[in-house]
Amino acid sequence: MSRLVRNIIGTVGVLAICELVGRSGLVNPKYLPPPSIIGARLVELLNDRGFSLDVVQSVLSWAMALAIAVGLAVPVGIVFGSIPLVRSAFSAVVEFLRPIPSVALIPLAIIAIKTNPEIKISLAVFGAFWPILFNTMHAMSDIEPVQINTARAFNLSRVRTLTSVKLPSITPFVFTGVRISASVALILIVSTEILAGGGYDSNELWERGGLGTYIVTSSAGGARMDLAIAGTFVAGVIGVVVNMIFTWVQRRWINWSDGDRDR
Amino acid sequence: MTTLKPVSRGRRTADIGVKWVVLAVCIALWQLAAASAKDPFFPTPQVIGAKMVDLWLSGPASHLFLTEAVAVDVVPSLLRLLAGFFLASVIGITLGLVFGRSDKIYAYISPTLNFLRSIPPPTLLPLFIVLFKDDTVMQLAMIVFGIIWPILLNTIDGAHTLDETVVETTRSMRLSRTRFLATVVFPAALPKIFAGLRVSMSLALILMVISELVGGSDGLGAQMILAQRNFDLPGMWAGIVLLGILGYVLNALLLAVQNRVIGWHTRSKSLTGR
Repeated sequence: MSRLVRNIIGTVGVLAICELVGRSGLVNPKYLPPPSIIGARLVELLNDRGFSLDVVQSVLSWAMALAIAVGLAVPVGIVFGSIPLVRSAFSAVVEFLRPIPSVALIPLAIIAIKTNPEIKISLAVFGAFWPILFNTMHAMSDIEPVQINTARAFNLSRVRTLTSVKLPSITPFVFTGVRISASVALILIVSTEILAGGGYDSNELWERGGLGTYIVTSSAGGARMDLAIAGTFVAGVIGVVVNMIFTWVQRRWINWSDGDRDR
Repeated sequence: MTTLKPVSRGRRTADIGVKWVVLAVCIALWQLAAASAKDPFFPTPQVIGAKMVDLWLSGPASHLFLTEAVAVDVVPSLLRLLAGFFLASVIGITLGLVFGRSDKIYAYISPTLNFLRSIPPPTLLPLFIVLFKDDTVMQLAMIVFGIIWPILLNTIDGAHTLDETVVETTRSMRLSRTRFLATVVFPAALPKIFAGLRVSMSLALILMVISELVGGSDGLGAQMILAQRNFDLPGMWAGIVLLGILGYVLNALLLAVQNRVIGWHTRSKSLTGR
């Protein structure tokens, strides 16, 4: 049997088991409906304008936060990573700031910032900043000295050395940082949406609460778990798509030299 | 400047010294900035420190100065965090060893695993709150579900890329499958497993907090929500700082265990240098 056939059999099997469990009465079908009902709700949700706006808003917020974090962390990491003294001083700061779980800042941000999309975007930028910064600084200190010396022997200017020697050499490691940050940022966006709660039933894109708010509002009191689970499923699909894009970019442009790592 | 510099023991000690000096300077700068800004949302470190002592360290000497609030705020959080981390490690490593050594099983299960690990864990909180009536069970489930993926995937990776010579050698020794997994595959996968454990530890802290923020009656997250409702900003900052300290200590502990267990491997920094 080929791999693909096994993939399909396995997935169908898992869905069948979920369907059986959902229909058998082992769990309350109101709280954990079987996949067939969730599938039907998914179709309805795709035609629901409010839900689509929520999804678009969450994805846009996530993308903006990640872009800002990359734009801030990579240059800072390159500068701080190039100067040894600054590097050791700054890695100490990073070492103390990084362990703070950024979700702990959500309650503070909610009362300090107040306007909805800004809360989650700033939190996601904060959370996404550290992995990229850490990896960039680490990569800068890890460049093969022979490459730098070669560039120096060719009398390359500092700018040329940066653009044609240092940047290509740090890219794979920086990209790994971006991947970690992408999932951290997504966690922060939906967590903030869940904690900020409901009351955003508007037709304006940026006045809505986002996917997390949709899920938590639907699930309130266990009333519409079918909609909440369908929303969670969409969140999972977004995660899968993001992963696929990153894997593809990594295969296509980043890991051209470094063998072909599978994961 | 650009030649290879072997890191000597003296330089290491100097680095560690620099670290604490930098921390002290940063706290001093923070104090100055917060004192001059007078923003109620950003209290000075002095105020936050005093609040932390007041909340958690002003108890009787017979209890090592710990207050009763420690038993309500900190202990439940830590217990859930450690229990969740332990459960996720046991389940993740066991499944990872099996999946990593069997391409067939892995092919059946991998699409499901890939989907489940792509779900941002907090979106499952509403479902878990409804499904698990008990707060502690809900929070444990959240932590285990959220942090198992780095452990599982890294174990699969480590078990999968086992040296073929080793496999052939042990086959000639006719080890049983369980013994083969436990005594050959598991140690060989340890460096990758530890890399996964460290990612999971920081995730565990995140999920512990978020599950307590959303649906908890005790623990640090619940303390912070209470502080938020009362507009007690030093109280919220106290929680943030304590969580940072916990994260730092837990990571240092895990690093110490890692150096103990796979010290033989630490030269290979591609695996452990993160």
